Amino acid sequence: MSDQLRSLVDHPVFVYLTDGRTLVGQLMGYDQAANVILGKTHERIFSSTEAMKTVPIGVYVIRGETIALIGELDEELDEQADYDNMMVEPLDPVAL
Amino acid sequence: MGHLFYSFFKTLVGQPVTVELKNDLAITGVLVSVDQFLNIKLDNIKVVDEERYPHMLAVKNCFIRGSVVRYVQLPAPSVDTALLQDAARRERQQPATGARK
Repeated sequence: MSDQLRSLVDHPVFVYLTDGRTLVGQLMGYDQAANVILGKTHERIFSSTEAMKTVPIGVYVIRGETIALIGELDEELDEQADYDNMMVEPLDPVAL
Repeated sequence: MGHLFYSFFKTLVGQPVTVELKNDLAITGVLVSVDQFLNIKLDNIKVVDEERYPHMLAVKNCFIRGSVVRYVQLPAPSVDTALLQDAARRERQQPATGARK
């Protein structure tokens, strides 16, 4: 498992938590349990009635149990995405 | 079952698979790697029903934690079910990790 996340260290990542929240930030470190340190973290809050909101929340240590998915954020695609007009329901929480 | 499914998934690296999470979100991609916890790494991902889930437009590859996976859909030609059944039978008779029968 250490190898699976190793390639994402120091990269911008998209983290999807089991409670449905979506964070973006820079992956600074991880361990065997997929506990993760995320720097420059921003929470992305989606809503079907308003444009996406971004809230900066600094450095986070996230427990692996609460992580559903970690994606490599393609910054070019992220820039092209029209978040100002993206009105969607937030992602569903994951019932474990 | 010891490392049976870990070994099985390793034979599928390079194949397109669809991972369905426990919250019904489904992601298709090429299987890049798997680990002992059945955490899965996918490349070139496409979220199934992407109009409903534009949240991940900027994500092209991802790591999915094994604990949130409900199903992994595989290409049928890639699976030798007879071999798999055989391996499962052998695991039952001789569990690799000393588990109770």
